Amino acid sequence: MKEDIEEYSTERKDTLSKFREGMIASLPIFIGYIPVAVTFGLLAKSTGLTLLETFLFSALVFAGASQFMALQLIQGGAEPIQIIVATFIMNFRHFLMSSHLSAILPAKEKPWLLPFLSFGITDESFAYLSTSHASKEVDFILGLEYSAYVSWVGGTVTGYLFGNILPPILQASMGLALYTLFIALLVPEAKRSLSVAITAVIGGLTHSCLAWLKIFSPGWNIILAILIAASIGAWIIDEDEEEDQ
Amino acid sequence: MNNIKIIIGMMIVTFIPRYLPLLAFSRLNIPKPLKKLLRYIFPAALGALILPGAITAIPNYPAAAAAGIATAIVCSWFREEISLTVFLSVIVTLISLYLFGY
Repeated sequence: MKEDIEEYSTERKDTLSKFREGMIASLPIFIGYIPVAVTFGLLAKSTGLTLLETFLFSALVFAGASQFMALQLIQGGAEPIQIIVATFIMNFRHFLMSSHLSAILPAKEKPWLLPFLSFGITDESFAYLSTSHASKEVDFILGLEYSAYVSWVGGTVTGYLFGNILPPILQASMGLALYTLFIALLVPEAKRSLSVAITAVIGGLTHSCLAWLKIFSPGWNIILAILIAASIGAWIIDEDEEEDQ
Repeated sequence: MNNIKIIIGMMIVTFIPRYLPLLAFSRLNIPKPLKKLLRYIFPAALGALILPGAITAIPNYPAAAAAGIATAIVCSWFREEISLTVFLSVIVTLISLYLFGY
């Protein structure tokens, strides 16, 4: 009985220390999210969302790029179904990340934690986990993910409530923060693969053309641009340059 | 109400692809052409999100936006550190806006 308790407490300590290690590893993500999350809160407010809606956006969806896209589309008067379809297409990439994680996770330990672990998957945490030195233990990953989550949700609410206190010139500069985040995610990938770089350029140009032509609504414009560019990239440009993972 | 509908819908379609492979807990066999397509969706989406939005991110001051974008590209090329890129570009944009008399 006594042994049981001791075993339990060491296991618990282990869990906590791994969780803490994950949180520490997450620090660059935590800091990087803040200006972007604050911008999201600010922008959500100017788009006319309530505080509760803004909070729920970050707390329930937790996928930054698609949240900003949704704001753009809400502003443009898109139908909910268009926004949801665009989100599905855009966030389907998590499917690949998740299947990669399921292959590298050590064991089937703690299956009840897996829904939480999957909910926390983001481009940034995945990028970190893909590096060879990163721990692959469930507790560590949770620490990494949920520290980023706190920063994202906290930053969103802070931006909504207090963003207006910031000087207007800083608010205007932060309007660009989101795009610099996208660039920070894209450039390292584009640097390694020319087909990825070309695909991104095609995506941008196609979307610009469609936005200028105004044949379809903004919701379909972005869906079409993504699908066209990704198809060209995958089936025309890509020539099996590398098989990663 | 519409917004809540959007949020719930987005939550569902975002969570399912995140959870499904871990639920199955085995490497799902995705056909190769589909896998290729999936690999290119993210760069395609990032491209479509950056353009044309970034150009008009700061109304009436496209040059300041261009300075911030250029900073982001250069910075992320040499240092793959997201927070550094975001902060530096915001600072450069801020200085440019100041110089352009915002």
